[in-house]
Amino acid sequence: MPHSQLRIVIVGHVDHGKSTLIGRLLNDTGSLPDGKVEQVREMSRKRGMPFEWAFVMDALQAERDQGITIDTTQIHFKTAQRPYVIIDAPGHAEFLKNMVTGASQADAALLVIDAGEGALEQSRRHAFLLHLLGVRQVAVVVNKMDRVDFDEARYEAVAKEIRDYLGELGLYPKAVIPISARGGENIVTRTDKARWYLGPTVIEQLDAFRPQQTSPDQPLRFPLQDVYKPDDRRILVGRIESGRLRVGDVLRFAPTGADARVVGIEAWNHPQPVLSAHAGQSIGITLDKRIFAERGHIAHHLDAAPRIAHRMAVRLFWLVSEPLVVGKTYTLKIATAEHRVTVEQVTAVIDVEDLTSTPGKAVHRNEVAEVVLRSRTPIAVDLAADLPRTGRGVLIDGNDVVGGFLVVQIEETATANITEVSHAVSVEERAQANGHRGGILWLTGLSGAGKSTLAMALERALFERGWQTFVLDGDNVRNGLNAGLGFSPEDRAENIRRVAETAKLFADAGMVVIASLISPLRADRARARAIGGQRFHEIHVDADLATCEERDPKGLYRRARAGEIAEFTGISAPYEAPEAPELVIDTGRLDRSEALARLLDYVDEALGKATLPGEADRSSSWVI
Amino acid sequence: MSADLDQLENQSIYILREAYNRIDKLALLWSIGKDSNALLWLCRKAFFGRIPFPVVQLDTGMELPEVYEFRDRIAREWDLDLIVAQCPPEEEMDQTLPPLTRAAARKTEGLKTLLRDNAYQGIMVGIRRDEQATRAKERVFSPRSLDGDWDVKDQPAEFWDHYKTRFPEGVHVRIHPLLAWTELDIWRYSKREEIPIVPLYFARDGKRYRSLGEKNITFPVDSTAGTIDEIIAELVVTRIPERAGRAMDNEAEDSFERLRSSGYM
Repeated sequence: MPHSQLRIVIVGHVDHGKSTLIGRLLNDTGSLPDGKVEQVREMSRKRGMPFEWAFVMDALQAERDQGITIDTTQIHFKTAQRPYVIIDAPGHAEFLKNMVTGASQADAALLVIDAGEGALEQSRRHAFLLHLLGVRQVAVVVNKMDRVDFDEARYEAVAKEIRDYLGELGLYPKAVIPISARGGENIVTRTDKARWYLGPTVIEQLDAFRPQQTSPDQPLRFPLQDVYKPDDRRILVGRIESGRLRVGDVLRFAPTGADARVVGIEAWNHPQPVLSAHAGQSIGITLDKRIFAERGHIAHHLDAAPRIAHRMAVRLFWLVSEPLVVGKTYTLKIATAEHRVTVEQVTAVIDVEDLTSTPGKAVHRNEVAEVVLRSRTPIAVDLAADLPRTGRGVLIDGNDVVGGFLVVQIEETATANITEVSHAVSVEERAQANGHRGGILWLTGLSGAGKSTLAMALERALFERGWQTFVLDGDNVRNGLNAGLGFSPEDRAENIRRVAETAKLFADAGMVVIASLISPLRADRARARAIGGQRFHEIHVDADLATCEERDPKGLYRRARAGEIAEFTGISAPYEAPEAPELVIDTGRLDRSEALARLLDYVDEALGKATLPGEADRSSSWVI
Repeated sequence: MSADLDQLENQSIYILREAYNRIDKLALLWSIGKDSNALLWLCRKAFFGRIPFPVVQLDTGMELPEVYEFRDRIAREWDLDLIVAQCPPEEEMDQTLPPLTRAAARKTEGLKTLLRDNAYQGIMVGIRRDEQATRAKERVFSPRSLDGDWDVKDQPAEFWDHYKTRFPEGVHVRIHPLLAWTELDIWRYSKREEIPIVPLYFARDGKRYRSLGEKNITFPVDSTAGTIDEIIAELVVTRIPERAGRAMDNEAEDSFERLRSSGYM
């Protein structure tokens, strides 16, 4: 029986000779079907173009017309050793997502570099992507050596440059082979033109690669795809991504923590009972008890659990023209699990030329970056370096896969060791999930002081950072919740009490609620503070009466002065300024953006990450 | 043991289960050839014996009698939810297509009618990358516009095996669980699993069908292979392309590409 096939992706800069190399490989190993070369010669003649080996690969009319590779393609061929699938990946920057598609299926890669031009940007980007995709077996071919007269010094210079670059990525090429794809030198047969080269030919190097194998000794990760009920059985199906499981094993399901024992590995048309299964197998299991388990949950053994995280850092490649931006929410998919995640930070955008990096606010198409993601739901995950298949995934925006990533850092949360689903979600859990604490920001001040304007601007700013936030505006509340209340002193007190109670519920739910009310009396605000407790933050939006009256955004001062409104705060009713507010924002002196900045600083300090439970020492809470 | 076949089988089952979980309304195209028979078999494995979606034959009325016989027997024995969808006549096809390609286009139109009438969101098809150069560029989950067009220049990324499974209204997706298989793999697997085969694949009077299609556009090729073992031995050494007996492929340089980009399987 044949050996397992090996999947080789051919990558590199446009016009450095990928398709020509493949055409040559197919021809020189006798893998082209009868008539193919004649067909290509005829086609070239009709178009009035010289014969090119690359045309053997071009399947699409547009590819033949333009002489470029547009989409990735796969071609089978054999050496004496074993069958291969050659994956031809386009070199053009516009088709990088096709390159990624091809390369992510590969066991090994050939990186093609033009001897005259050296490693250009796409060569480097492709090398970086190989690394990101987890293709660890790489060989470099230095092509078009005929154009530099098989000059050893030129070869050495190109070889050193690319070895240095790959080395910085942690990739060590198995060989750097000087070839001429057009002439067929050093592909299947050795050439006399480069006697100084003692390494393998391309074919010898291909045969030296090994198919990717997953060791059964790794920790078990069995992500569920689905639950079937074909009869009275309840079969949990999925593919084992790493490790192995046996009938009789106790499995725990992340992130719920439910436990159950495997009573059967179910197989159709299988004469003997199946007793164990290992990485790579698509299986179905039955359990000794009915637990809540669904698509996305990951079964593991008790002694080797995945991490449970709300926050993690990923190294990411961005595929689409709409950039990734801080504050935006995407769907993250790892194995079969999907979670909504918000981009908290772009820690580093990496320059593929020299591998330097700079922090940023966005990641653009075809860029590589390190990004911090936060989820409201707990994610079961591993570091890509430990277990690649449960440590990598994609981001989805709307209907499309927009980026792929490796998990490089995980911030474990306190819930990591919880073993039962908790119906009472704790304050800490909510805070961990949201990335901030819940709280009440009580904006008090005269009508016209700028409370609503500030409240809305703050709400927007927090929302864009991915925070859970909502404004309870005095006027808006009076249209609904408190529609039955008037403006008597009792009704005004009741209005404030109800808003405080509502704000407390929001804060309990983990949100930052911004209450924007004149609330003129100290006694009423003291009651609100009593309701809100430690989460109550009194913020005096301060502007003197003259300023407010001059602004008069709703024309109320004018009407009050005209005697049309009785008991108007500041005119005919008192405003008791707070004696010890948590923060004073003087909108008479600060412009709008300064006021917002000051408020944001305060909110960050009072409710932001620095206050999250168990995060006193942030640096040590990262698991590297 | 045949580790490579196990790997292909596991991968295909994974894809079938993804499709079944992610796509609301699914059907499987059954041409009754060797590949789609293997695909049906893989479905029975993936879903523990009973295929949980309809199996559709796009019928032009031009299949050989052995094919119809085989269809009816297997549908009964495997308890398939079989739908036989009639394809529109050749006169209704795009008359700018070369004649044989036009005959093949009937299936595309039959499929479009099927999609319109049943609002399937996903169609599973047993094509392989090694069959034909444009199929080599396919995705595992391959979206089509409402009228079946395939935009080969703008296909979704497939990062590892994270397939595109979300689509706007009106788009359907072709699911290709056998893309990674070769002709030889299919035969080795059919032998190992003892999957039933239409007898036309086995040589009679020095000829056999290597790729089985309608009688007006597919022809048997020279062969003496009368058993699966002999077919496997033949494939290991042959340099004749699999679709040599498919007349339409060789009609014009881009015949097959044109067929495929307008929705052919």
